Amino acid sequence: MNFAIIGQYGGLIVHGILLTIALGVLGFLGAMVVGTLMAVCRISPIPPLRGLGAVYVEIFRNIPLLSLLILMVFGLPDAGLEMSLFWCAVVAIVLSSGAFVCETVRSGVNSVGIGQIEASRAIGMSFGQVLRLVVLPQALSRMIQPLTNIFIGTMLGSSLAAAIGLDELTNVTQQINVLTAEAVLTFLIAGLVYLVLCLLIGAAGGWLDRRLRASVGAGGRR
Amino acid sequence: MSAAVKDSDLFFDVPGPRGRRRIQIWSVVTSLALAALVVGALVQFAGHGQLEAQKWRPFLTPGYLNFLWIGLKGTLAATGIAMLVAFPLALVLALLRISRNRVVSALATGWIEFFRAIPMLLIVYAFLLFLPRQPIGLDLPLFWKLVVPMIITSSATTAEIFRSGILAVDHGQTEAALSIGFTDAATMRVVILPQAIRLVVPSLINALISLLKDSTLGYVVSYPELTQQGKVITTYTGLMIQTYIVVAVIYVIINMILSRVASYLDVRMHRRAAAAVGPLESDEAAELDTFATSGIGERIT
Repeated sequence: MNFAIIGQYGGLIVHGILLTIALGVLGFLGAMVVGTLMAVCRISPIPPLRGLGAVYVEIFRNIPLLSLLILMVFGLPDAGLEMSLFWCAVVAIVLSSGAFVCETVRSGVNSVGIGQIEASRAIGMSFGQVLRLVVLPQALSRMIQPLTNIFIGTMLGSSLAAAIGLDELTNVTQQINVLTAEAVLTFLIAGLVYLVLCLLIGAAGGWLDRRLRASVGAGGRR
Repeated sequence: MSAAVKDSDLFFDVPGPRGRRRIQIWSVVTSLALAALVVGALVQFAGHGQLEAQKWRPFLTPGYLNFLWIGLKGTLAATGIAMLVAFPLALVLALLRISRNRVVSALATGWIEFFRAIPMLLIVYAFLLFLPRQPIGLDLPLFWKLVVPMIITSSATTAEIFRSGILAVDHGQTEAALSIGFTDAATMRVVILPQAIRLVVPSLINALISLLKDSTLGYVVSYPELTQQGKVITTYTGLMIQTYIVVAVIYVIINMILSRVASYLDVRMHRRAAAAVGPLESDEAAELDTFATSGIGERIT
């Protein structure tokens, strides 16, 4: 192993790592927003919005991320929609992860007891108030674990942007490997970085889960 | 979820006249907004000549259809073979992980946790660029350069599905089996596994969907599956949007069928459980729900 390449290509590697983190974090945050909005649409009383939520989930949960990336990066410019490679990748990741977030939020909302909703309605809360004040806070504490998995999945999924030529960690690894033939070292570094990122997200998720469970309390289902 | 209560019943009473009117008004407004969005997209596409019939008609000719059919067969072959190897391997890994032998358990845990945290594309690149090189010299045929990484990644995530299924079987079952004189192995084989596997079937179908999506990485190794065939079509014709929309639609149809099957089995599982032991306590029902939807096997690929 020739450790000198770490010094030589250090800048490139750091750039790749930062880009991977940016893709993962932006993708997940965007997916949280889009996914929650779509979940609210799916349980709203307005039929067209329900339809929108259902169609969104069916399409974007079932389309492979790589196909979506290719379609957005190579296809959309033909229709006159130009975006930078990075933002194309972010949007594709948001749309794809958002569908998973939507399903998680919906099943989290469904896990909040009917009694809670009936009680809030009985004291005259509106749909928005029931969601915002009663259901979502409780549902959120139960969704931490699945959402953590989705965050990890988003971080790993961002590697697919390598295949469309965005120089994030996986792409950089492959580039350095082609340039130097130091395969063991480059793959080891990339693997370790992904491992650490996933462990960090997992640990943060576990910590948040314990805290929220303690503060919201295990009760409240009935 | 779908099994438990319908969302619509939860959040609002049957609306009265005024509520109905308000819902109608909002329906019209949102329908118009959505329609405007769709029309806008179509105008944008049409403005750049992407809706012209001549750009779509090729996909009805036998040549193109045959080319895509080859891709579909490639996709299904890779997914099927990967599943046949990965799922049994995953079951073995799960059993090793919960075995009492510390060393075996640690090794299995290491394998699972490591490959769960590594993107599959990285493994694909390793098989493409690193393993064929000299001291190792492992140059697999194209098909296996795609399928072996699929097996490695999927076995790790699916192992966790099996493990959570095994852990979800009531502990009393193990105690009862042991107390009537079953050995450890027999308890697992005869009592626990049949129940655990039935419990995880819906999650396994989700893992199968993930595998199918993983097979798109044939695009990277140039193995002729759907996405790769799409790439070849676009290099000859330049029909970017049309080709990849057709490809995406094929994927969506296959995956929709699979996820329908999964949710059908999910619902049937709930109904069976309800028929066997009476209606579930809401706690238990919620547990089953979160179990089936906790997304252990879900990867965003």
